[in-house]
This record gives sequence, structure tokens and C-alpha cells, in this order.
Amino acid sequence: MPTLNLAGAGRLLVLVAVFLAGIWSQSSGVIDDFIFYLPDVHYLVVQHLWLTVMSGCLAIVVAIPLGILLSRPSMARVAESMMQVLNVGTTIPTLAVLALSMSFLGIGTVPAVFGLFVATLLPITRNTYTGLKGVNPALMEAAAGIGMSPTQRLLRVELPNALYVIFAGIRTALAINIGTVPLAFLIGAGGLGELIFTGIDLYDPVMMLSGAIPTALLAVVVDMLIAITAFLLVPRGVNPSRA
Amino acid sequence: MIRLDNLTKVFDTPKGAVTAADHISMEVPSGEICILLGPSGCGKTTTLKMINRIVRPTSGKVFINGEDTSSLDTQDLRRNIGYVIQQIGLFPNMTIEENITVVPKLLGWDKAKYRERAREMMRMIAMEPDAFLKRYPSELSGGQQQRIGVARALAADPPVMLMDEPFGAIDPINRAVIQDEFLKMQQELNKTIMFVSHDIDEAIKMGDRIAIFREGKLVQYSEPDDLLAAPKNDFVESFLGEDRALKRLNLVKVRDLASEEIGLVRPDDTLDAALERIEAYGYVNSIVMVNDKRQPVGIINAAVARTTQGHCRDHYQSVPVVVTLDDDLRKVASLMFANDMTWVPCVDDDGRIIGQITQRAITHHLGSRYRAHSKGEGGAKAAEASPSPAIKE
Repeated sequence: MPTLNLAGAGRLLVLVAVFLAGIWSQSSGVIDDFIFYLPDVHYLVVQHLWLTVMSGCLAIVVAIPLGILLSRPSMARVAESMMQVLNVGTTIPTLAVLALSMSFLGIGTVPAVFGLFVATLLPITRNTYTGLKGVNPALMEAAAGIGMSPTQRLLRVELPNALYVIFAGIRTALAINIGTVPLAFLIGAGGLGELIFTGIDLYDPVMMLSGAIPTALLAVVVDMLIAITAFLLVPRGVNPSRA
Repeated sequence: MIRLDNLTKVFDTPKGAVTAADHISMEVPSGEICILLGPSGCGKTTTLKMINRIVRPTSGKVFINGEDTSSLDTQDLRRNIGYVIQQIGLFPNMTIEENITVVPKLLGWDKAKYRERAREMMRMIAMEPDAFLKRYPSELSGGQQQRIGVARALAADPPVMLMDEPFGAIDPINRAVIQDEFLKMQQELNKTIMFVSHDIDEAIKMGDRIAIFREGKLVQYSEPDDLLAAPKNDFVESFLGEDRALKRLNLVKVRDLASEEIGLVRPDDTLDAALERIEAYGYVNSIVMVNDKRQPVGIINAAVARTTQGHCRDHYQSVPVVVTLDDDLRKVASLMFANDMTWVPCVDDDGRIIGQITQRAITHHLGSRYRAHSKGEGGAKAAEASPSPAIKE
């Protein structure tokens, strides 16, 4: 079959290209350069992840209750304006947020975590809010009509049905978070940004790439982890990926 | 028993106060289905939802089995009232079993008991427990989903049920099937049911009583036959439709109007005797011939009897139609028109002739009830049933 042959030829080409790239990198000493940075990469990845985990967990812990609170009927009047405030918050570039938090909190991990937390907060709050607001009103009427208390309605009907949307928000937020952590280097919090920015300043592409490639890989891995968590946690009846 | 006492709801809207339900007073006896019927915006749904406080009454009281519900906790009240809504409202995140057992769990039943109850409910609604209990609502058809909706409402065996256009979103063929199944279940369960509908035919089929609403007021509250025979005013009359006499045919069984007198011939009778009997009984076209067990075997045509000599056994044609005592008059009338007959023989379960039903008897029944009510008896009776200011329009 011609298509199969084409695919086979493509695969062969890729193999050849990888082989040639291998020969080139070995002969030019790039691999040795990368290996030189390996201890740095190891140390900085841990620091990078630590910043993400702290700011991400903090954001989830604050954003989900905030989203739930805003979606309550008693909050209906202020909810939309609160969401507008948060929306304006996101339009401020992350670098500016980091600079602002540095001017209040000084240099180091604390202002970096705070800046990242602010940048991560909004997508989760917004998705929690819209996810809960988007639950079919008929379900809410049925839940009330058969005698569930407001808390039971939230835990047994609203949250399970909004969970997929909430997880989508967490995914977006953490992708932004991991991509923003390199900027934290600029206010003295470390992370893989140390290799990236120093590499740029020294015109050292190998140094820069040994920061950039792990950052990209981290983003992909974290995204996959959250996707797997969502797949397992969202009830089968309302999980589009398990339908 | 459900009793509403001057139940009123006033909504505050930007355009001013709107009275959605105006001093509604009525009583549904235990074990009966009461249909709240009316055009949209008439207050029937508001009235229904005030019973389980989905809508909070502005004033007035609701009594269930004699107990004033205003002293009860809202959640407790609702857990003891079955609730079925038009949009079905099954929880998509739960399996069918979890959906059915929601209320028993809220009431704190133990696991073995509510799991057995789920299987029992599935058998009651004629769905295979093993095939469906572990599935999710999205995997079921609309008709199946609403059957589960009814099962969920009945799972904790509440004495009272509220149904808000429960079969409104189901296609007509399935709707008729579910209505029949539900009526059959109700014969055993004897729940007291309030049922909102906007479909007059559904109301006549399902209701023991019908309450007609208009602009927040209860206009007429009577049994279906009385309602159709004696609409209280022009609004009710136009709402019921000009064919309301025909709708009454649904409500009357052959049993009520059948007469035992019927002219028959036997195979050994002569055609002359048959002709004589046709004239004696006033049959225009034909007479039924029966065998020794009084089972109809054929009919003797008057034209044949007039022009031929001989015995009936040699000159009969097949029997066109018979009806049973449990058939309704709508079927009888339809058969009469389709076969150009003015009477139809009635048979019992063994197929033996036990009488006849005539077109005269049907028209007389519809006509006499209607005339009697037009003179005012029915109107007075209907007003007695619900002594509310709303009635006095």
C-alpha cells in the first residue's frame, strides 16, 4: 500500500535525521556541555517545581472556595463585578506582577510565590465559578425538591457536575504557572530561569537550552499528570473523556 | 390527603406585584390523582411548588394528612414528598442505582435495605435491574429516564407525590405507554398525587379530579365527567374545547350503559323469524346469530332475510364487531361509525353475548347529563367542592 510505504519512508527519514543529529552533537561536544550543566539542572528543577507546587497549591486552595462562594445565590449581586476585578487582574503582565510584589515583599522566594499565586488564581476561580453556574437548573430543582440541604446539593450534585470544568481551569493555570516560574529568577527566587537568562546574557545557547528544555518538559509532564487525575476523579457519567 | 388553605403567592417584579396564586383552597382525598390544569402562566405550577416550598407561599397553609406543614423542617418535608419534574433532572454524575437511592440514603436507610429497594423499584417500572442499575442516565432514552425519575420519587415510599408535567417531554407514543404504566402502579400504590398538566386529554385520562386555573385563580374543581358535562363558565368551556362531549366518551365504560336486552337468533331459526325479530328490536340492518353457548357466530342481514327463505345457519355473515364491558365509549363510537351500525353486541370474558350498547343509549347519556347540569345543579355542586373566593367569578 502506498500510504504505508510513505509512512515507512517518513519514519526512516526521522531515524536518519536523529542519527545525524547524534553524530553532530557527539562530534561538536554539545552533549558534554549539557552534561556539564546536569547538576545545575537537577538542583534548579527541584527549586522550579517547589515554586510551582507552593504557588499552585495556594492558588487551588484559595480559588476553589472563592469560586464556590461567588457562585452561591446570595452572592449573585456582587459575583459578576468580582469576576470583572479578577479579569482586570489577569490583564496585568506577570512580569509586572512579579515586579510589584517585589517592591512590597522584597527579593526571594516569598514575593515570587505571591506573584505566581496571583497569576494562577484567576483561571481556577473563573472555571470553578462558571462550572458551578453552568450546572443544569433542572438538576438543582430536582436536588432541592427531593430534600437535599444546600451543602448536600453542593457536594453531591454541583461539584461533581462542575468538576470537569474546574479541572480544565487547574490545567490552564498550572501551564501558565510553570511557564512563568523562569521569570521568578529575576526577583531572586531561582528556578530554571537562572540557566535561561544567564545563557542569554552570556550568548551561551547550550546553557540557555539546558534551562529551556527542562522547563518545556516539566510543563508537558505536569499537564499530563493533571489530565490523568481528572480522568480518574471526574465521575464517569459526566466525564467526556470516558463517555 | 393534601389540603390547601387560602394559599397565595405574590411575586415582586420590577413592574409591580404579580399575584401568581390567589387564595387557592382545595382538598385532594387520599389515594386520588388531582390534575392542575390551565394555560401557561395560570398559577398551576406555582401552586404545586408551594406544597414542597420550592416556591415559598406568601400566605396560606398546606396540610398533608391533616398535619400543618408550616411547622416542618423544609428538608424533612421534601424527603417525604415524591417530586417528579418535566426536565426529569436525573443526576448525570450518579448511576441509576445511586439516583434511585438518593432519598433513602438521605433518610438514613441502611445499605442492604436501599439496595434491595432499588431492585424492587426497577421491577416495578418494568426495567431489568441487572441491565440498568450500574449504568448512567446519559445512556438511557428519554422515556427510560423519566421512568427512573418516577422510581426515584417513589423510592422512599412517600404518601404524597407532586408531578410537574412529568410526561410532557416524552414523545406521544411513549407518553401513552408511561401514562398507562403509571396508572397501573397507582392502583396498587394509592398515593395522593398532585399533577400539573396543560393537556386536557392527559388530565381526563389520569385525573380523579381536575382543577382548572386561570390567572392565579382556581376556577373549577370537579371530577372529569362533571367538568366536561358542566363547565362552569365560558373560559372553562373554551379551554375544554368544543368536542368536550366526545372527550367524555373516554370516561364512560360499556358496563355503565350496556343493556341486557338484545335480539338474537339461533342457527335453527328461520329467516322469517329473524326478520320479525329485527323489526321487533328496531335493528335496521341485521341481527346477531349465537350458538348454544351464546357466543356470536355471525349476523343475519335484513336484506337477505327479506328476500330469501331458509334457516339462519345457511345464510349468515361473519360478526363485524363486539365489545367487552371494560371498553370505553370512545372505542364503541369509533366501531359504530366505522361499521355503519347503531348498536354493538357486548360479550363477557368467555366471549358470550350478555347485552348490547346502542347509539341511542350513548347520545342519551351524554345529552341527559349535560341538560341536567345546564339547569344549574352541576354548577352548585362544583362550587360546594371548593368554597373559595376564587370560585365566585
